[in-house]
Amino acid sequence: MIAEGLIALLGAGVLLVAALAIPWLKFVLTIALAKGIAVLGILLLLRAGQVSFGHAMFLATGAYTVAFLAPAMPEALLLIPLGGLFAGLLGLLVGLFVVRYRDIFFGMLNLAISMVLYSLLEKLYHLTKGTDGIRVARATFAGFDLPRETQEWLMFAIALGLAALFGTLVAAYLRSPMGRALAGIKTRETRLEFLGVSARRVLLFAYVASAVMGGIAGTLVALTTRHVTPLLGYWTSSGELVFIAILGGAGSAVGAFLGAVAFELVRVYAAASVADAWQMILGGVLLLVILFAPGGLWGILAGRLKVRA
Amino acid sequence: MSAPLLSARGLKLAFGGVKAADGIDLDVMPGEFLAIIGPNGAGKTTFINMTTGYLKPQGGRIEFAGEPILGLSPRAIVRRGIGRSFQLPQLFTEHTVIENAALALAAHAGIWSPFGPLLRPGYRAAAERLLDRFGIAHLAETRADALNEGARKLADIAMAVALEPRLLLMDEPTSGVAATEKMQVVETLVRVLRAEGVTAVFVEHDMEVVARFADRVAVWSQGRIAALGPPEQVLNDPAVLRDVIGIAGHA
Repeated sequence: MIAEGLIALLGAGVLLVAALAIPWLKFVLTIALAKGIAVLGILLLLRAGQVSFGHAMFLATGAYTVAFLAPAMPEALLLIPLGGLFAGLLGLLVGLFVVRYRDIFFGMLNLAISMVLYSLLEKLYHLTKGTDGIRVARATFAGFDLPRETQEWLMFAIALGLAALFGTLVAAYLRSPMGRALAGIKTRETRLEFLGVSARRVLLFAYVASAVMGGIAGTLVALTTRHVTPLLGYWTSSGELVFIAILGGAGSAVGAFLGAVAFELVRVYAAASVADAWQMILGGVLLLVILFAPGGLWGILAGRLKVRA
Repeated sequence: MSAPLLSARGLKLAFGGVKAADGIDLDVMPGEFLAIIGPNGAGKTTFINMTTGYLKPQGGRIEFAGEPILGLSPRAIVRRGIGRSFQLPQLFTEHTVIENAALALAAHAGIWSPFGPLLRPGYRAAAERLLDRFGIAHLAETRADALNEGARKLADIAMAVALEPRLLLMDEPTSGVAATEKMQVVETLVRVLRAEGVTAVFVEHDMEVVARFADRVAVWSQGRIAALGPPEQVLNDPAVLRDVIGIAGHA
């Protein structure tokens, strides 16, 4: 755990230096950190052997919370936790239903429910402005209306701070009795029941936690891009989160951020240089990871540094 | 005479046309070791599954410590003091042996703590003591999927014992265990269970184990109890020898 923490600290330092050296990268890295937080939630479910193909619904919930509330209450430091809260409540509602199912049924039910939310965001034009999306009102920070450059730095710092916070919480959770029981769902759910433990309740806790993280990620995306559209909750966005989780490796919380940063950088550079083929490049990268590095980028790094993956 | 700890009356369950339980009446007395023998398909595991809430009988009733337990979930039954181990040990294969033991202890103490490591000093020490009593402390850091069958069986039973059950139901605790270590495995678990004062019901195919460790033997045949009594009586009954043990001995 200490080695993992040191690698995370080093990674945060590298991101900070990169953001200082290449100013426009700060935006990309803020988005990557936000997605990394959402991917932490995917990682939790992967520990239980479950894959959600609909988790972008929570990201969209967080983002639209900001878009709806910002005109009346532009305080970012309130909007961020509120986005997490609303996503968590939706997670509880959906979770009570989906944790009764496993494997492909779990994955597809999440997909189905996320597509219901996507359709609502798209069709309720008078509320959501449909596919045009909503321009997010300018946020204040602790009551201060800051210049754009300062605001960008602050969003980067908040994303970095929240990434560290949730990364630490997830790492601690996975080592806790509940976290170990969560991993037990993957291998011996029957035994959990005969230990007197409700596997559904264990999974529900992880599901709601993952929804909260998805919501927080959504608020960061909304406050950074200042434009939200239903696409944030589309199934391809959910697939992207799963993609990043596999790319980064499910063995560690650090993997979520490694994957997210690698994904966003490949996307930005590949889209700029080979606009027609960048998705193929990403697909090729994922194929290579699955075939040759099933532990993902974290697995490769941990192997090199002899850290227990 | 004390009241039975477990009492089953008229248990019935059929799978299609096959009667796995056809009016089972059985009392298990506190502190005794009751062996269940019989050919494969006689309904031995079905009895364990019904008693632990995994299967619901189509008729009859089961009482534990004087309270009806029929219709309760496996979780609720476990919490009332009935533990079980499995023919195929149900260990968390990605966890180490000590993590398995600690998780069982945590489940008993209340697992709903999302922070603080599982292997915190309290649980680690208790888990080490538990494994030590079963003679597998030296395997504490081994992953559960790397154990031999004897150690897997002991770890599986240790997890059930961690819950401090009053009654433990063991499904074939020696199946798959190498002949050379079979007696050692049974001696270990009997020693621990006797010391803990745990009442035990175990399904067994090895008549030597039954003769040596059971206080009473129940002979299962086609969903019914064909004979019940002390091992020296039941295992020498010509009808049992001919109709059941002859088959069971080759199962």
